[in-house]
Amino acid sequence: MADELVSLDRTLIATLIERVADHVMAHAEELTALDQAIGDGDHGINMKRGLTAVMADIESISAQPLPGALKAAGMQMVMKVGGASGPLYGTLFMGLAKELSDTPTRAEAVAGFGAAIEAVKARGKARAGDKTMLDVLIPVHAAAADGADAAALRRVAAEAAEATIGMQARRGRASFLGERSLGHMDPGARSCQLLVEAVCDVLEDAA
Amino acid sequence: MNDRVAIVIVSHSPDVARGTADMVRQMVGTEISLAWAGGNPDGGLGTSVELIMDAIQAAWSDAGVAVLVDLGGAETNTEMAIEMLAPDRQKRVVICNAPIVEGAVMAATEAWGGGSLEEVRRTAEELSPV
Repeated sequence: MADELVSLDRTLIATLIERVADHVMAHAEELTALDQAIGDGDHGINMKRGLTAVMADIESISAQPLPGALKAAGMQMVMKVGGASGPLYGTLFMGLAKELSDTPTRAEAVAGFGAAIEAVKARGKARAGDKTMLDVLIPVHAAAADGADAAALRRVAAEAAEATIGMQARRGRASFLGERSLGHMDPGARSCQLLVEAVCDVLEDAA
Repeated sequence: MNDRVAIVIVSHSPDVARGTADMVRQMVGTEISLAWAGGNPDGGLGTSVELIMDAIQAAWSDAGVAVLVDLGGAETNTEMAIEMLAPDRQKRVVICNAPIVEGAVMAATEAWGGGSLEEVRRTAEELSPV
């Protein structure tokens, strides 16, 4: 269908933000534990701080059309997270804000998602296979471009996060560990998977 | 206010950032402009784009600002902070790929001697492993 993805009114934008924030924050301890294994042990705490700041601002954020809401949420992540994930998630959201219209079609959403992923690559100087959030975003984007439905996208995200266990980190603190980074799931890949799950849940319910 | 390159120190730890700045002050003196940013927005370990922007603005010199960072997140957050400066200021800020303490002292020494932003960066980066 070339129609708009779903009707993105103020309520749906607020729901999207709330469900993403709730879902990621509910797993904050798990994210921190993953990060303690191969990073600096603060990913869950940092995501929680950023998303709490987004939630504190939800009235004004969700009062804006989609691009403005994404930009405002991204800016809160940049300013409040306190780790590299702030600029990385901020760049993802602000990259989407730059590309999407108020009511994107599915094709526009897929194209915008692809452009936002390119922006994240540039921000993190990373590429596929480096054991980062990109290793979830890239396969999810490819599946979305192939027409996958919400259930398939959740599955792709879960498999992609799982696949980072077998990767050796080439970016971030985990890269100092070399081969010792093998055998652990990347915390950023896991938080991206949670993000994808929450977005799929909301869009499925709204469709 | 200052025709010498300014130095900014960014660490995950406020103590490390402040301590590095103290060393620069003692070894190089007060004639160069210097500021530091350390800690996340709650004051814990981490880095804050907002605090980094504040430090760059506070230290500002038209000759440029050389930034020393510690680990990955400090670099990513500093790059973001630079991009959020006014466009004419962005190109006058560089991140030095150097160890934070030694790099800050070397960069400050070069800046004190009147080195250009590029010279300051190069001096700090001579310390880096290849």
